[in-house]
Amino acid sequence: MELFSLLAWGPEGWADELAAGAWLTVRLALATLPFGLAIGLLVAIAKTSGEKSLEAAANVYTTIFRGLPELLTLFIVYYGGQMLLQRIVGLFSDTYVEVNGFVAGMVALGLVFSAFASEVFVSAFKGIPAGQGEAAQALGMTRWQAFRLVTAPQLIRLSIGGLSNLWLILLKETSLVSIIALNDLLRNTNVAVGSTKQPLFFYSVALTIYLVLSLISSKGLGAVEDYVKRGEVKRS
Amino acid sequence: MSDVTAGMIEARKPPPGAQRRWTFARIAGWVMCALWIAIGVALVASLVRSYDPDIFWRYMPRMLEGLLVTAQLVVSSVLLGGLLALPLALARMSSNWLIAKLAFVYVYVFRGTPLLGQMFLMYYGAGQFVDELKAVGLWWFFRDAYNCVLLTFTLNTAAYQAEIYKTAIESIPRGQWEAAQTLGLRSKVTFFKIIMPQAMITALRPLGNEIILMIKGSAVASVVTVFDLMGATKLAFSRTYDFTIYMWAAIIYLMIVETLRRVWGWLESRLTRHLVR
Repeated sequence: MELFSLLAWGPEGWADELAAGAWLTVRLALATLPFGLAIGLLVAIAKTSGEKSLEAAANVYTTIFRGLPELLTLFIVYYGGQMLLQRIVGLFSDTYVEVNGFVAGMVALGLVFSAFASEVFVSAFKGIPAGQGEAAQALGMTRWQAFRLVTAPQLIRLSIGGLSNLWLILLKETSLVSIIALNDLLRNTNVAVGSTKQPLFFYSVALTIYLVLSLISSKGLGAVEDYVKRGEVKRS
Repeated sequence: MSDVTAGMIEARKPPPGAQRRWTFARIAGWVMCALWIAIGVALVASLVRSYDPDIFWRYMPRMLEGLLVTAQLVVSSVLLGGLLALPLALARMSSNWLIAKLAFVYVYVFRGTPLLGQMFLMYYGAGQFVDELKAVGLWWFFRDAYNCVLLTFTLNTAAYQAEIYKTAIESIPRGQWEAAQTLGLRSKVTFFKIIMPQAMITALRPLGNEIILMIKGSAVASVVTVFDLMGATKLAFSRTYDFTIYMWAAIIYLMIVETLRRVWGWLESRLTRHLVR
């Protein structure tokens, strides 16, 4: 029972540290999401554009960021970004620049997320019959109107399942930033373990928090999926 | 004969193809391709320019040894995990409420938490029970970080593979079971000779993805002092501060994943060639 007193809120317990870590984990995942979705959509549009050069460039992008281990991508962004920035800044002044771990994590996770998201979007685009776009054109819609009113609603419906999976993967992968000394949930757990010597207990607590986060996400995403598919025939 | 052809229009060459216009997409595509080529050239240039035979020949063999460790780790955990996954998948589909629930919880926990955290739990958690583990004679196993990582990876991939097998087995139409029953086949024979061969074909693609995920995921083993490819790379970088080492590692990982993807794609098209219509 004295183990649970370690989870007290305040300076003696670790609950506030773990909560702060979990909050950073959630913030990082949420900050990565729009960035990853936007690039993923752009890459998917490039892949389905029918323009050979654009498709080739987009395929190179996915091949790279889908094939590299996330940890390596993170290191390359973090250390490489640091060196690159230092070199650029070094041209003008001698100030020492430091890459923000949060931004590095966001960029690295966003690159990986967008590579996978682009694949989801591509298959969603393929799932929309060509007649839909043609019909929109026949009605005199502009390309933007056709995308916004005809393509996008169907795109969301077709891609929400795949994107939900990617979100759950992203939530777990944020744990990698603990390695570049960003105080996320896992890193704060490491600190707690270092000071209390109770690895089994604290890692179990941390994993439970991750589990609860994914549980909440999948419930929420399930509700979103039900909402966007409200027009579809219910099958059971 | 000539009467027939007399009134006919002479054969003409087809009209020249429409001029390809410089649309926005085409310009963007060329710019992007040029950008990639520039990045590629810059990468090669920096690899050549900062090539230091001393560093290269000191650390490249270590990285290749690390690659071997990665391969060992991935192959053994995927195979052992596969052995665990089939009973797990069957347990998931079991009609016994308790067994099905337990298997579900196992799969949910391993798929819902980060691999890195699971690894920490296994490695540092085992360290907390040195005396107990020594008492039951298992300490030699958990003492080695490699073994802890292997165990974690095996349990982790077993959960993912169980889900793949479950989906694949459930995708086989019920008529297959019923037809086999009508023919008087025992359910064991039905399962292994009729259902599994078909299910494995469905499972092939997700299994390939899972292997690739394991190759990429295995990089986290480096965090608990296992010298896989990533571990060797980190060591080399911390000693030399030569950033090209990460580039070499990236090239090696990309080559492996891409090769595996292509080989797997070929394998799949080969194994499903009787299904192509």
